[in-house]
Amino acid sequence: MSQPFRTASGGLVDRGRALAFLFDGREYEGHPGDTLASALLANGVHRVSSGIRTGRPRGIFAAGVEEPNALVQIEEPFPEPMLTATTVELYDGLVARGLRGQGRLAADPDPGRYDGMYAHCDVLVIGAGPAGLAAAMVAASSGARVVVVDDQIRAGGSLLGTGEHLVWVDRVTAELEAAPEVRLLTRTTAFGYYDDNYVVAVQRRPGLPEHRARERVWRIRARRVVLATGAHERSLAFAGNDRPGVMLAGAARTYVNRYGVLPGRRAVVLTGNDSAHDAARDLAAAGVEIAAVADLRDGWAITGVAGTERVEAVTLRAPDGIERRLEADLLLVSGGWNPVGALYSQAGGRLVFDPGLAAFRPDGNCRQALEVAGAAAGSYKLGVCLAEGAAAGKRAAEAAGLVAGEIVLPAVTEPEVTPPLAVWTLPGGDPATAFVDLQRDVTVADLTRATGTGMRSAEHVKRYTTAGTAHDQGKTSGALTSGVIAELLGVEVGALGVTTFRPPFTPVSFAALAGRNRGMRFDPVRVTALHAWHEANGALFENVGQWRRPWYYPREGEDMAAAVLRECWAAREGVAMMDASTLGKIDVRGPDAAVFLDRLYTNMISTLAPGAIRYGVMCRPDGMVFDDGTVIRLAEDRFLVTTTTGNAAAVLDWMEEWLQTEWPELRVHCTSVTEQWATVALVGPDSRRVLATLAPALDVSREGFPFMTWRDTEVAGLEARVCRISFSGELAYEINVSWWDAVTLWEALLAAGAPLGITPYGTETMHVLRAEKGYPIIGQDTDGTVTPHDLGLSWAVSRKKADFLGRRSFSRTDTARPDRKQLVGLLPDAGTLLPEGSHLLTGPDETAALGHVTSSYHSAALGRTFALALVRGGRGLIGQTLWATLDDGVTPVAVTGSVLYDPEGTRRDG
Amino acid sequence: MMLIPCPWCGPRDESEFHYGGQAGVAYPAEPDALSDSEWAKYLFFRENPKGPFRERWSHSAGCRRWFSLVRDTVTNEVLR
Ligand SMILES: [Zn+2]
Repeated sequence: MSQPFRTASGGLVDRGRALAFLFDGREYEGHPGDTLASALLANGVHRVSSGIRTGRPRGIFAAGVEEPNALVQIEEPFPEPMLTATTVELYDGLVARGLRGQGRLAADPDPGRYDGMYAHCDVLVIGAGPAGLAAAMVAASSGARVVVVDDQIRAGGSLLGTGEHLVWVDRVTAELEAAPEVRLLTRTTAFGYYDDNYVVAVQRRPGLPEHRARERVWRIRARRVVLATGAHERSLAFAGNDRPGVMLAGAARTYVNRYGVLPGRRAVVLTGNDSAHDAARDLAAAGVEIAAVADLRDGWAITGVAGTERVEAVTLRAPDGIERRLEADLLLVSGGWNPVGALYSQAGGRLVFDPGLAAFRPDGNCRQALEVAGAAAGSYKLGVCLAEGAAAGKRAAEAAGLVAGEIVLPAVTEPEVTPPLAVWTLPGGDPATAFVDLQRDVTVADLTRATGTGMRSAEHVKRYTTAGTAHDQGKTSGALTSGVIAELLGVEVGALGVTTFRPPFTPVSFAALAGRNRGMRFDPVRVTALHAWHEANGALFENVGQWRRPWYYPREGEDMAAAVLRECWAAREGVAMMDASTLGKIDVRGPDAAVFLDRLYTNMISTLAPGAIRYGVMCRPDGMVFDDGTVIRLAEDRFLVTTTTGNAAAVLDWMEEWLQTEWPELRVHCTSVTEQWATVALVGPDSRRVLATLAPALDVSREGFPFMTWRDTEVAGLEARVCRISFSGELAYEINVSWWDAVTLWEALLAAGAPLGITPYGTETMHVLRAEKGYPIIGQDTDGTVTPHDLGLSWAVSRKKADFLGRRSFSRTDTARPDRKQLVGLLPDAGTLLPEGSHLLTGPDETAALGHVTSSYHSAALGRTFALALVRGGRGLIGQTLWATLDDGVTPVAVTGSVLYDPEGTRRDG
Repeated sequence: MMLIPCPWCGPRDESEFHYGGQAGVAYPAEPDALSDSEWAKYLFFRENPKGPFRERWSHSAGCRRWFSLVRDTVTNEVLR
């Protein structure tokens, strides 16, 4: 017979449809409405996994997110590790297996889609049990915008487990779904509660076609939050309390009432409170034989649990002292109920021990705008839950400035409650089999060892024993652990407290958190107007910040070294061109623009004449180089500033910060124009001839267009601004045109330069050319501890200006030290390419490093390898030999000045 | 995710802002009048209180204006 433990009727499963699934290699059937756990129980399967440390058999212990034991790995359709069988909704074709503690990540990329959603509301209700539904109804009646989230497939909360008032639940659900300003999200777990009522929840959406998101992360900002998260039952610490067949009493009740599943045939009930009696009554009505209800408050005790794979018998000691062995396949336990305070704790609230409740509950004094209602607040009677929920919904609506109406709540008659017993460890038996945390296999013996070493804080014991650190975050074990520690230390459990709860409340996959921000959507990709040309012409690319820049353009049969040597050779001996559009460009305008730039740059900018260009260095007030680039004076009151590619946004931020916070009197505006101007660098001794062909109106002569000046003219029929700037030491021009005209310019240059062998080059060649000239790259040859003087740029530091950012720091004792690290050149033995980052030692057997290699290349012009390095007192070591570390030893290097190519600057003017 | 009151745009998510550290640390009027240790104080030393802290924020993904507020560093509540 299939599903021998399924009842003939009752529950919220659809017996008309069978769902086939595979667990640990065996075929089973269940029904829509089942979880994997309820379907396994319907087939008589209790044992799901093994203890992570002890290897002891472990069964299904709970019926929801609090499950500590029943960890499974989903194998089909896509591998997902470490889910709890109690939270996996059953579907046809599910393939799963039990896990001993740890799962296995999928080797393949997840084919599923994930998404993120944002919501703003007046009232967010977390939990759609009786309190949450009442709160949502009242809040909705005011017209407030309400979001309700609940982790189950349908609303109802604890009522689904008790089977009570389901007609009311259905009616309220229908009304909420119909209300225009209400959003009811089932299968949605609120897992994080952050500052200012920012709640993050994950929504599971099984059964959708593949192109739709299987999970969505909701980020909800709520004016007011109602926490109606209910309570979790807790266990008791006694020997053998981990055997399959030991189950929380309330969970067993849920399996019977909600899923129509008998968790066993013959049960013993062990409890210290009233709720387990209700569970025993419901189980008996469904056909489970109740062998005994042992209420600890009446003097009952447990002395033994027999069975390894499954509970076989339970030995009880009656109040009269007589021990009885009872055959049973089910041992239901209830150590009391813990209000679910995780989100309250995350919100910054404290959980206090309530002796009358025998549990930790919210202290009612949280700084965030929230209400706690129902079992989450420690109110376990249904009538009180409903009333508290309604009151919370009313207050929440009023806080939003709205007026709530009256709603009809179901009439409830309930017996008086006998106070629960605050009981933790049950005496007798082996404390090494009395478990407090089933997932982490932490026992009373472990806690005894921890307190025995002198630990007095629950937080310390948690870290020492790992109790409460598993996937379940100690939902069933946290309070029990505190209770046992308090007993061991002889202190009040309230004085000891519980450990802090942190997000996430339940495990959330990284795929869900990432949402759509994967692959190419992880970070924006910026490309220049010429990108398609670069791709079509075989460029390889490198990432510079968010930019994709051509790295080099290999020809048939060329490796990188060969391609770069060829590109370098063209730039030094003929003509070459590069897409330099990614350079940051900032338009600085206003009557005080010159004063502003004087304060920002180390050198004098205000003396620059319109039409001229100056190289400039920017430091932070501590004197360390922050960026460099050129400053073009367009007019008396207008400059165009360039920045390094990766630093454009930071430089604009820097300018705005100083303008706004320190120099608000300066009349200056800064505008990013990086993507308005496309820039092509035309480089090499033949560059003048190419430019002359395309710019007939421009006097390109040495005298007519001197170094570090600019001209507005027509190039290839396009409006262009041509700058005589060189980042290679060669005669060179930077031609700026509208971003839209970039391709026209590029192709015109290619055609005009073809007879001269014009060669496109990428960033690698640019780096070699500049390094041969000793031009540093900020961020590669510097690291935030390097001054302009360290780089040999003292010539770019003004001695005339009264002040500029960084100036005062240059005379600080540390900044003025003669043995600071300085930029120098290195010439290794022929052929050796030093790894960037190599340490530099004074001798082959020394270990103390004087500095490190910052840039290292093959040079076509020098016919050898070379490097730049930051070396302590480096300029004083020129001519000497240092030793650079390699993977397998050291190699000698000669220290030189940083300018290795054309130190006299003879090539600059062609 | 704090909700930060931009004086120009109103309350916005923290992720739109850039943090600027302690407020009211003015660039010294006469840097040369300061000793090395006084200058180092300006460069490197900031308060790190447990409780109310006057600090700078820039609405970098919004209006891009800098402003100051007082935040309780324990609770993240914006006090004024
Ligand atoms: Zn703003």
